[in-house]
Amino acid sequence: MSPRTALLLVVIGVFSTRSLLQAGPQTPSRVEGLAAWNRVYSVVSSPRCINCHTATQYPQQGDDRHRHLFNVVRGPSNAGVVGLNCGTCHQSSNADSTGVPGAMHWQLAPLSMKWQDAADRVLPSPQVCRIIVSEAKRHHLDLVQHHAEEALVRWAFQPGLRNDGTPRNTPPLTHEQFVDATRMWVAAGSPCPER
Amino acid sequence: MTSAVQATSRRGFIKASALAAGGLMVTLYLDSPSAASAQGGTPPPAHIYPPDAFVRILPDGTIAITVNRLEVGQGMQTALPMILAEELDADWTHVVGQLAPAGDVYKDPVIGVQLIGGSCSILDSFQQYRELGARTRAMLIAAAADRWGVGADQCRADKSVVYGPGNRSARYAELAEGAARRPVPAVVQLKDPSQFRLIGTWVRRIDGRAKCDGSQQFGLDLNLPDMLTALLMRPPIFGARVRGFDDRNARNVAGVREIFEVPLVAGSAVAVVANGFWAAKQARDRLAVDWDVSGIEHPDSVQLFAMYKELAGTPGTVAVSVGDAQVIDRIPAPDRIHAEFEFQYLAHAPMEPLNITVRNDRDRAEAWVPSQIPGWEQTALAEVLGIKPEQVTYHVLFAGGSFGRRGTTDSHFVREAAAIAKRLPGRPIKLMYTREDDMTSGYYRPMFVHRVDVGIGPDGLPVVWKHMIVGQSFVLGTGVPQEAVLVKNGVDQLVIEGTADSPYATPNVHVSVHQPKVNVPTLSHRSVGYGHNSFVRETLIDELAMRAKTDPIAYRLNLLKPDAKKFRTSLTLLDQQSAWRHRLPADHASGIACSQYNGTCVACAVDVSIGNGRLRIHRATVAVDCGLAVNPLSIESQMHGGLIFGLTQVLARGAITLKDGRVEQRNFDGYTPPYIKDAPMTVDVHIVPSSDPPTGCGEPPVPVIAPAVANALSALTGKRYRTLPIATI
Amino acid sequence: MPRECGSRPAAHVLNARKAGFVETYQLTINGEKKQVTADPSTPLLWVLRDDLKMTGTKYGCGVAACGACTVHVAGVATRSCVLPIALLGDRPVLTIESMSSDPIGRVVQNAWVSEDVVQCGYCQSGQIMTAVALLKTTRTPTDTNIEESMGGNLCRCGTYVRIREAIKVASRQLAGGGR
Repeated sequence: MSPRTALLLVVIGVFSTRSLLQAGPQTPSRVEGLAAWNRVYSVVSSPRCINCHTATQYPQQGDDRHRHLFNVVRGPSNAGVVGLNCGTCHQSSNADSTGVPGAMHWQLAPLSMKWQDAADRVLPSPQVCRIIVSEAKRHHLDLVQHHAEEALVRWAFQPGLRNDGTPRNTPPLTHEQFVDATRMWVAAGSPCPER
Repeated sequence: MTSAVQATSRRGFIKASALAAGGLMVTLYLDSPSAASAQGGTPPPAHIYPPDAFVRILPDGTIAITVNRLEVGQGMQTALPMILAEELDADWTHVVGQLAPAGDVYKDPVIGVQLIGGSCSILDSFQQYRELGARTRAMLIAAAADRWGVGADQCRADKSVVYGPGNRSARYAELAEGAARRPVPAVVQLKDPSQFRLIGTWVRRIDGRAKCDGSQQFGLDLNLPDMLTALLMRPPIFGARVRGFDDRNARNVAGVREIFEVPLVAGSAVAVVANGFWAAKQARDRLAVDWDVSGIEHPDSVQLFAMYKELAGTPGTVAVSVGDAQVIDRIPAPDRIHAEFEFQYLAHAPMEPLNITVRNDRDRAEAWVPSQIPGWEQTALAEVLGIKPEQVTYHVLFAGGSFGRRGTTDSHFVREAAAIAKRLPGRPIKLMYTREDDMTSGYYRPMFVHRVDVGIGPDGLPVVWKHMIVGQSFVLGTGVPQEAVLVKNGVDQLVIEGTADSPYATPNVHVSVHQPKVNVPTLSHRSVGYGHNSFVRETLIDELAMRAKTDPIAYRLNLLKPDAKKFRTSLTLLDQQSAWRHRLPADHASGIACSQYNGTCVACAVDVSIGNGRLRIHRATVAVDCGLAVNPLSIESQMHGGLIFGLTQVLARGAITLKDGRVEQRNFDGYTPPYIKDAPMTVDVHIVPSSDPPTGCGEPPVPVIAPAVANALSALTGKRYRTLPIATI
Repeated sequence: MPRECGSRPAAHVLNARKAGFVETYQLTINGEKKQVTADPSTPLLWVLRDDLKMTGTKYGCGVAACGACTVHVAGVATRSCVLPIALLGDRPVLTIESMSSDPIGRVVQNAWVSEDVVQCGYCQSGQIMTAVALLKTTRTPTDTNIEESMGGNLCRCGTYVRIREAIKVASRQLAGGGR
């Protein structure tokens, strides 16, 4: 190797190393972004989240995601109907002594944020990805902040006790891991998998 | 119209006394059976009951009528006072109804037990309450006549006032004291029905307002000084016994008083007694109990159905044998129907769970109970406390429904409460059941398997009907007083009612049963045997009608036995009132069914469609023949309510199932009765005009809705529904 | 076949703060100030029934399935059997006992009486509280409104047919400016 080539390689190496050391703002690759999305999807498609992201006039409940009992319905503002609001039973925090989950603004996600089809089947990853991307854009939403701070999102990771006293299952990641995955995915340009 | 006033005979003794503050208390001995007629007088009483009160006329004009029946919603606290007030010519606006405590004089005059059950209240007490009213009226008129020195036949009564010749008048309230001193007539004249001004009219419930403003007190609402609340930790499998328990965590709960084992009718439980419900529940949740389940059958619904079906293929105890059932072998296969039906255990699930409050004063006791059979319960309470029944004052409070759950033959919840009160004398103890306790404590409508073979004749009518029924009897072998009445030739009539007394003429009928013993306590459940038997009968008849290409009402009318009078009247009226069923939209269908209960017949047509795989009942038309309609408004309410109650066993989660010995349903999420969207949108009720003696309406409508709906669904889907609940339409 | 089995409390129950820890709460019930001392986990239903002896609000299931326990909390129909007193805060509570002096409550009760709705009556406090909530915001409810709003209230006696009618009667009265 000539001295000039060696110097060039060192310079390239230094710049590459500097890029790596500046890992914060370094853009994750599409592959890394898709992997991060998979982690995000694993959470949003889990019962604690998806039970309120229905395409129907009702929420679901339970790990088996059955239709919410007692005939509760979506209502005109996604918060039930008068006399049978979400707030008729759900308070702003978990009621562990009576087994009812709660968080601020407990209600259904709007139909624009449905992650299931009309037959209550979870939509495939690419579709959910596109919905989240387009809705976030439409509402100018900082997804990382949303996933970090939104009360209903945080609730999923501390969902309280069931009526029989056993704790509800949480999503497959911790809240922190979920926020990290979101950050990575957004940083990668929010790539969505091919259909 | 004269009323014969005679000095009381020794046998027809009726006692009246004046209340200290004024007023008339009329105590009447009642006959079993009594048989007054409108034209003549009453025959001498057959039995003499010890004294007690039915009518009190207070100085302010209030007429307090004591009702010898528990009010569970069926409207007896209004109907019986109506009947008495009619003959009394009382001002209805001043009538109040009170529930009688346990007492011999309050026994059902026909059955001889103080109870509600079998829709017998109107049937058995109509005559009784008419006589009570007529006797009281006669005494008041006699008092007025005496005061004015005129003949009783010159007086008349209207709206709590006696009017005499000239402008004389006197209010009942003024006359009460004088009337109390008069001899009570043994013979009285009852009104001709054409003179009724109350009976037969639409009368609103006396208790309506109080039940709308929170002031109506039910058993569970009772609050007494020093009262404690008790809950039971019951065994997870019926009959298991407490081997030991660890209550250290439970005792940490503030407000907990005592924790101890108590015997149950089968097995034992741990009682938790605390200052209030929440403390008791918190403590019970912290109990660790070891159960001894040795030697106990672990019932399992899947296994039971398999066992029942196997039994159904073996000869059973013959209940009905008419003609020659072997005829079926000679009928070609295309003209035979073989059908097997499955019915699950059903819970009653009244909105107010079981509760009883007892104060044990050692040589006496007092109890407050929404009580269905007060006399038996009073006896059971006394037995456990080791005192005599007459040392127990047994108050009857309003009940939030029952549907049979409170009418136990073993008075189990009374014994449970007594065992707790025995341990804690001197203060009231309220034993209550949580909804989970109610759902899992047993005493269900039993599960049943039916196996039916029907042979059809060339005219499309059934020639032979072979019917096997497999299911528990809660009477057979128990030694309860009803057993002698209900069990004939080893067959419990409650198992076969609806089949054995089918109104349809069939020349060859064979009905047999297996009544296996299963470790699940069972009980009467509103409409009892008709609930499943009528389903089998009415869906099969419908299938026959369809095969014969005949209108289902016409088919039934043609097939009825000549003496099935009330079936004929109700089906005919239904036909007249359900012309809509011939004009339904394409995606709707109608279904017909009819049933009977203790003298009343109900026929029903439903208009049904299916939306998103779910049943939708748009309309139900009901025709009922219950003899004289005492209160049509109340009858309509029972038709509404009975239909909706009867829907429970059709709906997806309308079943109690057991797995490995444990009941799988714990609350309304597991056992889900009809909500408003499951009920018909509209129900129109038509009452056959009749002057026959009135018969009850609480249970008759219950069995018709399930087969009517199933028949409508069959018309829509082409499927036959033989298993309830209907899981998939 | 097992010879024995056990009933054990769930781990959380054993690990929980010692039960019977009590706090004092200032409540506003039907416009009146009330003070109770209770375990924070106690549902409002049992504070009403056992502590305040207000038994118009009923216990039917304890899991918000039946609506018999319905009260109004800050104007919202609420199932008191699942609302721990610690989560009530300073929100005012209205119970069935106040409905006779509520302009809409009174009309609803009158309609319930005129249509002879009740049978056993045990669920009716909850039914009426829910119907009042409906009529407070929807003066002329449609059949669908009625079915959805009343959809979670259970009646074992099956009075639904007359409940529908009574709501319509009340609605007509309110629309006509009736009392």
